[in-house]
Amino acid sequence: MLRQKLLVLYLHYPALNSGVCAWSIWDGTGKEHHTTGDSDTPPYNSVIEAMKDGWRVIQFPQLNPAYPGMELTTSYLRFEYILEKLEDISNGS
Amino acid sequence: MAASKEHLLTTVQVANFAADGLLVFPELIPDDVNQAAMQEIDNKAIPIGYEKSGQELSNIWKESKGFGALFRLPQVEGIIRSLVGPAPLYDHHAFHKVGPRHEEGQIWHADNIIDPRQHFDIQLFYFPHDTPREMGGTMFLPGSHLRRIHETDIGRYQNFRGQLPMVCKAGTIAVGHHGIWHCAQPNHTESMRYMFKLRLNPTVRQRQLWNTDDLNDPQVPGILNRNHRWYGNDDRLEITQRIKFWRFLLDDDKWDAHYWLTRVENKPERPAPFFT
Repeated sequence: MLRQKLLVLYLHYPALNSGVCAWSIWDGTGKEHHTTGDSDTPPYNSVIEAMKDGWRVIQFPQLNPAYPGMELTTSYLRFEYILEKLEDISNGS
Repeated sequence: MAASKEHLLTTVQVANFAADGLLVFPELIPDDVNQAAMQEIDNKAIPIGYEKSGQELSNIWKESKGFGALFRLPQVEGIIRSLVGPAPLYDHHAFHKVGPRHEEGQIWHADNIIDPRQHFDIQLFYFPHDTPREMGGTMFLPGSHLRRIHETDIGRYQNFRGQLPMVCKAGTIAVGHHGIWHCAQPNHTESMRYMFKLRLNPTVRQRQLWNTDDLNDPQVPGILNRNHRWYGNDDRLEITQRIKFWRFLLDDDKWDAHYWLTRVENKPERPAPFFT
């Protein structure tokens, strides 16, 4: 029985070896509990480092040009990569 | 409010507010006020519900020796006056409680809808008792206040480089720009945790309201160029937002730090001279 774990890494710039600015973990196996402020250091230093540990990239951020008049505006974190692992939870493993 | 000059913020402090969206004053409030505030919580002497929004702050809780006395302290009056000026308006207040063994952090949020103003409100975050890390407290994200976001739209972020938990002694106050991102942290202790929040609105143009004796302090451009570690490639965009904010605070639309806005505003129309 497979369940999904998601790792979301927010990078400095879009290259997959770029550093991590922010991160979230959502664990569908129910084994881990993550919440805001529960870590001061990211679990990986880049997306490529996470890929080497078995995480599969399932979403790339789109690069959208700024709307006219919004060129200097800042808002949400732009370089959001979503990665997944599937874990077998059969037999309580 | 009649704050004396000695209690006003300096230019360097206000520049830090512009860069971080937050100023922290450790153990600013004397213990008798802290004790009275805790008693007012226990005795329900201050209403949990909002007072009427939009009235002068000076009308609120005149007899209180805790929360009412808090914002009448000269040091606190000086902070308030430096940022939102004399005669600010009460917006709302809240007693935030996090119960014992509460393991879930609040989601990240800002206390505002998308707010394109340069004019700003402040929020006082008052910690009337010691708040060690295992008790919380409020987590702030310095430098997030000028981002255009709507309340809990940022709720899927969990951690940022540079996030700042309020680990503090009783009597500490943090003063935040209304746009700063924050969230209550889990309380792993057996005790209730309290944090009192008070939002204030300006009634005057927020132009050089602080002690400007150090207006040209050479530290200011460097402070406004501060790069919080979670910005990534957006750091220079963020700095341009701060320069605009500082121009508003100075009322000087030519002020710049390291030429960032001057460069993109340079659109000369003067005809080139003919060669002779």
